[in-house]
Amino acid sequence: MTPLTIIGIYLAILLLLGAGSNRLFKGTSLDYLLASHSIGPFLLLMSLFGTTMTSFSLVGSTGKSYSAGIGVYGLMASSSALLHPLCFFIIGLKVWRLGKDHSYTTQIEFFKDRLESRRIGWLLFPVLVGMVVPYVLIGILGAGGTINAVTQGVFPETFADSKGGLPNWLGSLVICGVVLAYVFAGGMRGTAWANAFQTTVFMALGVMTFFVLVKGIGGKPGFLESLQAASSVVDPGRLSRNNGFMEHREYFAYLLVPFSIGMFPHIFQHWLTARDANAFKLPIVVHPIFVMIVWAPCVLIGTWASAETVGIPKSLPSAAILGFLVKNHSGEVLSGLLTAGILAAIMSSLDSQFLCLGTMFTRDVLGRRDNSAGASDAAKTVLLARGFVVFIVVLCYVLALLAGQVKGVSVFNLGIWCFSGFSALFPLIAAALYWRGLTKAGAYASVLTTAALWIFLLRESGWGNNQHYSFLGQHPIVSLVAAATIVLIAVSLVTRRPSDQTLTKFFSRC
Amino acid sequence: MNRIAWLTLLVLVAMHHDFWFWNDSSLLGGWLPIGLAYHIALSIVAAGFWLFVVKTAWPAESQSPADEGSSK
Repeated sequence: MTPLTIIGIYLAILLLLGAGSNRLFKGTSLDYLLASHSIGPFLLLMSLFGTTMTSFSLVGSTGKSYSAGIGVYGLMASSSALLHPLCFFIIGLKVWRLGKDHSYTTQIEFFKDRLESRRIGWLLFPVLVGMVVPYVLIGILGAGGTINAVTQGVFPETFADSKGGLPNWLGSLVICGVVLAYVFAGGMRGTAWANAFQTTVFMALGVMTFFVLVKGIGGKPGFLESLQAASSVVDPGRLSRNNGFMEHREYFAYLLVPFSIGMFPHIFQHWLTARDANAFKLPIVVHPIFVMIVWAPCVLIGTWASAETVGIPKSLPSAAILGFLVKNHSGEVLSGLLTAGILAAIMSSLDSQFLCLGTMFTRDVLGRRDNSAGASDAAKTVLLARGFVVFIVVLCYVLALLAGQVKGVSVFNLGIWCFSGFSALFPLIAAALYWRGLTKAGAYASVLTTAALWIFLLRESGWGNNQHYSFLGQHPIVSLVAAATIVLIAVSLVTRRPSDQTLTKFFSRC
Repeated sequence: MNRIAWLTLLVLVAMHHDFWFWNDSSLLGGWLPIGLAYHIALSIVAAGFWLFVVKTAWPAESQSPADEGSSK
């Protein structure tokens, strides 16, 4: 019961934060959707980092390291440490400047102007939503599974079918409800506050858990002795990349994954919340260190868990390995705290994704832009935005219940497929910001190519179940990025450029 | 970003592919796999590199006169 109580207290704090941020709400859509461009360096750092790190980073990385060893860190973390700040610097900063100058709230508003195409949203909207939703489902499913694992045996009679723990559907429902409550009440400001709090929580608890698990897995009286004992029993293949799970070509291809952050719609919206350009400096510099603090302990724990002496059951799903270790090597209080930390990582992404999808429906589907309109119109837009946030949460929850019926879905693999699709869209945003030659036809052709190839490759890989699927001898991300780039350039070179007026608008500062 | 920054970034990206530690399972201090230690160090170097970029190559055009006035 103790873990459940701790989780309950944690969720109550989040609800209070949502209520607190609501007191600062100015009643305008600009305030609800972008916090009136008021987010300073610290909150921007925490909200960008919290949004980037999900259950993929904690649960997924531990599970993947269990099978592939320490190479997972280089595969995902150190590449992100190098290239995420690059995206903040060359894409985020420029997007923020243009967004502030021309009052953009979503990516589609930006592309409509840049490409002189009112209909680009009809294509881009379903593609962006289609690739974000699987990522949202990972979070909702992960939350339900995490709560179930830690509460098993608490309600032996009421929830006998779910081993006496809160059933997955109920855990997911509670998490969706809490996230909905603080996003509904506080909008972007509430989301940024909650992200700052949750990022602090999952980083602090992650480090604390690492220390406890070192003692538990190593089993020696001293900390250093336990570290050494934990590593000494691991298969040498897991301590290097010589284990059949990682090839040079695949490892190199994964360098393309961090570029996905440049086209995530929820990250785009966070960039626009910055108070000024200087607010970007802290996230650019500190992001690599934060990535290291979260990923290095998870990768080590997953690698240690692969030793036979640790006793991980062979049938245990990779996503359950971290929870299994915590349950077996720590007390109830830490178990509750760590669960709160995992939920924090999940919710700090879900909130931004929900708000962003709601914003896209309000602005891009309904076309509500009332920055200079009267107070009643602004109130209507906020009402619509809130309505769409509720709609999105309910829709995603129902989809998650359906997706939960599918067995054998790997958090890591599903995440990589989402990232691959967004990486293939990166050339579009880069060209829109840095290449005058990008045309409307080039952009349409590139997005269509990405969408068609992504669906084709995903289907060919057994909807993500074939972990070692390759296309033309390469990881699918290579084909996706190459095809999207080639089509974008080739079609743009032979079609009509945007007007001089538009090019001046977007390139006058260069 | 200036040329020195782009060049340094390219070198760091090349260093990310550490084929020299690929098959090395030795442990630093008896517990930290050398391949992991290398990439942790690379993350720290990345933070240092981005600090250098922010200090030396911050784009002047990102700040409008109105912003400069309000941030003072």
